[in-house]
Amino acid sequence: MIEPQVGPLNLEALQNGDPIEQTRFVELFSDRIYRLALKMLANSHDAEDVLQETFIKALNALPNFEGRSSLSTWLYRIAVNESLMLLRKKKPEASIQEDDFVDTENEDSFAAYQILDWCCLPENVFMNNETRAVLDQQIQKLPENLRAVFILRDIEGLSIRETAETLDLSETNVKTRLFRARLKLREELSTYFGEFIQENTNGRS
Amino acid sequence: MEDHKNHCEELITSISEYVEGSINPQLCLELEKHLSECHNCRVVVNTLKKTIDIYREQNTQDKVPVDVKNRLLARLHLEDYRK
Repeated sequence: MIEPQVGPLNLEALQNGDPIEQTRFVELFSDRIYRLALKMLANSHDAEDVLQETFIKALNALPNFEGRSSLSTWLYRIAVNESLMLLRKKKPEASIQEDDFVDTENEDSFAAYQILDWCCLPENVFMNNETRAVLDQQIQKLPENLRAVFILRDIEGLSIRETAETLDLSETNVKTRLFRARLKLREELSTYFGEFIQENTNGRS
Repeated sequence: MEDHKNHCEELITSISEYVEGSINPQLCLELEKHLSECHNCRVVVNTLKKTIDIYREQNTQDKVPVDVKNRLLARLHLEDYRK
């Protein structure tokens, strides 16, 4: 994980409620927590709510933090739970997505894979605003249980072990979910870039 | 591809670990041999890697907007402790 340029936190001061240390704690982690919430919820207003609730809960709970996991894993866990709670409150049917992949019966069949090599598109195509919007939309289409795993591991760069710790899953379970999330996203991007390539070829001819 | 099909299905479940670099060495050899012979699986592996890469790259730029951070610090009564 890439740590921002802030010196190490003094855990004891933090747990004793030292406001300077608490401020550094916020400075150190707020980008990551906001990003996670934004990816989970796709709504800046909701992300801000989750950001605030996460730090309020964390500062209250810090005196009980036992250091069994790292501080960042612990904080991510609070933020994921806050995000899931907000998602359920907003649309209760979302909890249906917590199932054990019954919605994916055909997915592992090789015939379902799209074979289109879009890797060689120019780099600016991957970074433009339209593509970025599509990337965000596609994360939203993932079932929640896959979404959290993908965000933590592949976007935030946690290790498999840290992701497992944060979400209270086994490492095997994380790997399975990660695989499904990545494949789903690859399929969606293949469709999107396939259309892109077709449009641009037609435009030229 | 028809001849390969079963083999592809068998190996495709390990490409996520292959991309992670956490695949066991024997399976890795088998997969790499297969990839050298199977265009379709190569495309799947390459586009899967690329999918992960573009998500990683677009992410590093996102930061909390200044006004959002200010409201957070105010909510925590920490607004006077910033450096």
